[in-house]
Amino acid sequence: MPEHTVRSYEEDLRRLRDMIVRMGGLAERQVAEANESLIERDSDLATEVVQRDAAIDALEREIESFVIRLLALRQPVGADLRLIVAALKISHDLERIGDYARNAAKRAIVLAQQPVLGSMNGFTRMAALVQANLKGAIDALVHEDAEKADEIWASDEPIDEIYNGIFREMLTFMMEDPRNITAATHLLFIAKNLERIGDHATNIAETVHFAVRGDTLDEERPKSDSSAFAVVRPPSA
Amino acid sequence: MSQTSEVTKPAGTTGFGGLQARSGAALNTVVRVAIRNLDFFYGDNRALKAINLDLPDRQVTGMIGPSGCGKSTLLRVLNRMYSLYPGQRAEGEVMMDGRNVIAPDMDLNELRAKVGMVFQKPTPFPMTIRENIAFGVRLHERLPKNRMDERIEWALTRAAIWGEVKDRLDTSAMGLSGGQQQRLCIARTIAVRPEVILFDEPTSALDPISTLKIEELIDELKRDFTIAIVTHNMQQAARCADQVAFFYLGELVEVAPAAQLFTAPREKRTQEYITGRFG
Repeated sequence: MPEHTVRSYEEDLRRLRDMIVRMGGLAERQVAEANESLIERDSDLATEVVQRDAAIDALEREIESFVIRLLALRQPVGADLRLIVAALKISHDLERIGDYARNAAKRAIVLAQQPVLGSMNGFTRMAALVQANLKGAIDALVHEDAEKADEIWASDEPIDEIYNGIFREMLTFMMEDPRNITAATHLLFIAKNLERIGDHATNIAETVHFAVRGDTLDEERPKSDSSAFAVVRPPSA
Repeated sequence: MSQTSEVTKPAGTTGFGGLQARSGAALNTVVRVAIRNLDFFYGDNRALKAINLDLPDRQVTGMIGPSGCGKSTLLRVLNRMYSLYPGQRAEGEVMMDGRNVIAPDMDLNELRAKVGMVFQKPTPFPMTIRENIAFGVRLHERLPKNRMDERIEWALTRAAIWGEVKDRLDTSAMGLSGGQQQRLCIARTIAVRPEVILFDEPTSALDPISTLKIEELIDELKRDFTIAIVTHNMQQAARCADQVAFFYLGELVEVAPAAQLFTAPREKRTQEYITGRFG
């Protein structure tokens, strides 16, 4: 799109986009380092992640007040309005993602004191997929790329599938030995956190689609989180 | 919070429900004025190019676009104002009540009783408030005094100015404020009971509160009249209009419900114009 006639308005919109990119980058890093602290059993790193969440919260407040200011002073319409509303919605999604990452990091601190339970490969893969989707969704906003957003919107299924696998695995560990319950429960919640982060990334993709195209994705998003119906029988049964 | 819950819920839907739908009533499907393949010429200059537009009955149609885009020209066609000027001509159809408004045999007095117009600057006549209203009515109807008084009160009431002038009907209209003068002109227009009212930049000479009063009045008047409003103020079109038509260089680029046109216009040129990125 050509530049806005009023240069300071164009500048405001650029600043808003930058704020979202910064917040997105921070959220990505939180997810990555929460997972790293889990895999490496690094409580110091986990503590850093927990503390850094305040920065995401601060950015959310900053974006919110900037959006309110833009709505009041610029009376945006068309694509500008959609971008501004999208920024507000995306900042809320990113704030939630930050909360989930912080919660995962807190649990990583506990888990560092517990015996190792199984392979962590599922977590690493899940974290990588979630981060890629998060990054892709924010990139799609910056490049006004609705196709990319649609792609991400439709690509949450592998994340759900890994989550289902971890869910069953953890239940099995718990059944095998009640001493696994503490670690397995925390891991279960971390997996759930990652799965929720994935959902928020698809929300962001959906919002980006609206911001770019001006219409909404009406169809049901493909999902395969079946853990809500899962039953795992004890090995002896 | 859900992070400590095992129940899987969708992470909140991101639907912008209803943003594209018209807020409020659905667009009326009865067409009061149907403009078909309308061309307009100032001499050799083609100022309107194959315009097709419906004015839905008792709805407000906003017309926006940069200066010289043809929106005011279109208003001038709708009540044949251009017929006053030699060298200006329209081709095509403007159908109203089964008749082509721009046909040579159209009775202009009859047309102007059906299609009233309110201008940018208030244009009260230099006479009393009462006479300002009665003057227009007398051009079209002969009413006994009591009926005329009723008509005057009705028109001033509908124009939301009765309370302010009822005790000074026989004083000069020139003593009213700008906003009051404009509402008096609206009263004068509706006093002849038209079907369609055309507003050409009706608030560009008014302060913000007077502007809002006129906008409120337009909202009120659309219960009885079909309205077309030309405005440079896009926020005004957004506030007042049910459907908005965007004109550029004599073409109708896009017409859509106001909520859609101002959130997700289909045409690139509309998008660039409404967001202030024009050329």
